[in-house]
Amino acid sequence: MSSDTNGRNRVSRRGLLGTALAAGGAITLPRGASAGPGNPANQPPNLPDWSRTLGDGVAVRAYGKPSRHEADVIRRDVEWLTASRESSVSFTPLHELDGIITPNGLCFERHHGGIAEVDPADWRLVLHGLVDKPLMFTLDDIKRLPRTNRVYFAECAANSGMEWRGAQLNGCQFTHGMIHNVMYTGVPLKILLEEAGLKPNAKWLLIEGGDAAAMTRSLPLAKALDDCLVAYRMNGEMLRPENGYPVRIVVPGWEANMWVKWLRRIEVGDQPWHHREETSKYTDLLENGRARRFTYVMDAKSVITSPSPQAPLKHGKGFTVLSGIAWSGRGKIARVDVSLDGGRNWRTARLDGPVLDKSMARFYVEFDWDGRELFLQSRAMDETGYVQPTKDELRKVRGLNSIYHNNGIQTWRVLPGGEVENVEIA
Amino acid sequence: MSRSREVMVEILVALALLAGAGIGVAGAESAPKPGGKSDGKTVAVTAPAPAAKAAPVHYGIGREAKPEEIAGWDIDIRPDGQGLPKGRGTARDGEDIFVAKCAACHGEFGESTGRWPVLAGGAGSLASHDPVKTIGSYWPYASTVIDYIRRAMPFGDAQSLTNDELYAITAYLLFLNDVITDREFVLSDETFPTIRLSNEANFFNDDREASEKAFWKKTPCMTACASGEPKIVGRARAIDVTPEDGKGPQVE
Repeated sequence: MSSDTNGRNRVSRRGLLGTALAAGGAITLPRGASAGPGNPANQPPNLPDWSRTLGDGVAVRAYGKPSRHEADVIRRDVEWLTASRESSVSFTPLHELDGIITPNGLCFERHHGGIAEVDPADWRLVLHGLVDKPLMFTLDDIKRLPRTNRVYFAECAANSGMEWRGAQLNGCQFTHGMIHNVMYTGVPLKILLEEAGLKPNAKWLLIEGGDAAAMTRSLPLAKALDDCLVAYRMNGEMLRPENGYPVRIVVPGWEANMWVKWLRRIEVGDQPWHHREETSKYTDLLENGRARRFTYVMDAKSVITSPSPQAPLKHGKGFTVLSGIAWSGRGKIARVDVSLDGGRNWRTARLDGPVLDKSMARFYVEFDWDGRELFLQSRAMDETGYVQPTKDELRKVRGLNSIYHNNGIQTWRVLPGGEVENVEIA
Repeated sequence: MSRSREVMVEILVALALLAGAGIGVAGAESAPKPGGKSDGKTVAVTAPAPAAKAAPVHYGIGREAKPEEIAGWDIDIRPDGQGLPKGRGTARDGEDIFVAKCAACHGEFGESTGRWPVLAGGAGSLASHDPVKTIGSYWPYASTVIDYIRRAMPFGDAQSLTNDELYAITAYLLFLNDVITDREFVLSDETFPTIRLSNEANFFNDDREASEKAFWKKTPCMTACASGEPKIVGRARAIDVTPEDGKGPQVE
């Protein structure tokens, strides 16, 4: 009668119900709950339902999504940071990711006037100013031009900005998550400029977005001719609306504010425009009341993504893998060192996977944890010889009020129980 | 004959396309890297000189933009006055408009409500522990005020103001910041370039490669770099402002 022979038990309706409840409740469980004991009815010697019943067929999930058990791997925001959600930021869940490519749906967002919903049929790019012939491009035009594929990080200038005065937010998603790293497909900006023909006195470009903030930045011509892209794809597919659909500018190694989304206009001029995003914002106030402007490059930086406050050590003593990311706007990551004792002693981490120019690199340190308190730090070096400084070294030069460009070394305190917290140490 | 000629043309076009892509890449690698210390090697790579010097390839893609099309989108204004639209307004005119369209967020006197940006005040605070960065205390150029209002304000109703409203609101903000002292002063495309803000000279170009030269270290310390046990001097937990898992946005 029953096929429950050979010691195998059918998963009961109770088991199914349990699964459903777990799925429904998963989002309220603390992260890592899936690593718990689980449901014995699904475990050996029992056969879970997924081993005997048919699942969804093809194209039921026409655009696939992550497993429902990963429902906590999402962008998050910090409501008290900004006055409105339309001019605000959400953070990439770095503690849940590995490798170097950020999934499109998890790439941090920073808007100044909300997400512009652009109809690609109506999208136009105007290129004018100090050019021989002002041009207008459609999206089809842009896609007909020679294209290139590059992996670059985009890091908000304000990434880690809340940490200038001390440890504030408990998790690398919040302290370091204003960054993503994807493969862009686009046309070198140089090609568009050559198509229009530059006047001899051309020196600066104004890059303008088509959103309700009409975001603008002044871009030096030399950078535009070097490696900037007019990009329409990220990780193979078209840009996501929140990342500038259908077209954004990619400015490799430079602060992400300059990576204007929903690109609509490029004007060529002979001097910078000194617009709001390069005067009131994205200028770095020093202790003496003076301010740096045009601080374009994002310096070498790193963070340990696991263990970290949102990714505690749950397994107790023994062998474990420390994982992290490093990047530099000045070139390739050359080396990452890791300390377990708050910078007293360092060991060189293992870089794994592609190490690309102005891209995230992944590093690992495998070690045996003896269960004692640790003070984890990582220190990136890039190919120019730049060594990621401590926060105190940065503060000595800049004071506490420069908001942007905080690339200081991060410390995580691992407690004997495996919990991890954001601390500053002396 | 004509068919083979067509084929030839196609091949030539294809070659031109490839050459164009080549120029793009070679140019990118041989161009100096602004703002970055290059490793020397990259710069030393010499693209074939004739290719780099050759006239750029034209793909004939995109059409000429007409002046009237550009005019609709060309809204930017520079410190030297380039781009200023025709118009005029006084601080007295601007006060009423500001109260009607701006004060709900920015306060009647630019002091702000809630967490919305403060637009006036903060003079002399930049070197203090808590700098108040406003148009008057921090911004280098008045042109930025009128440009930004023109492109992005009011928040949620961008590019809705007339040119005269723009000048009037800007005049009122400059009045609140003691840049204009006469409420009846007519701010216009003609008088605008005479306006100077006091903090202009306090901005300087990125100097990290000089002022932070110490961060380019040849051999960072690897062992016994500090003495004693690490002493905790700050804890995010003590501040307790981190959003909790399970709260905030969720996926279905």
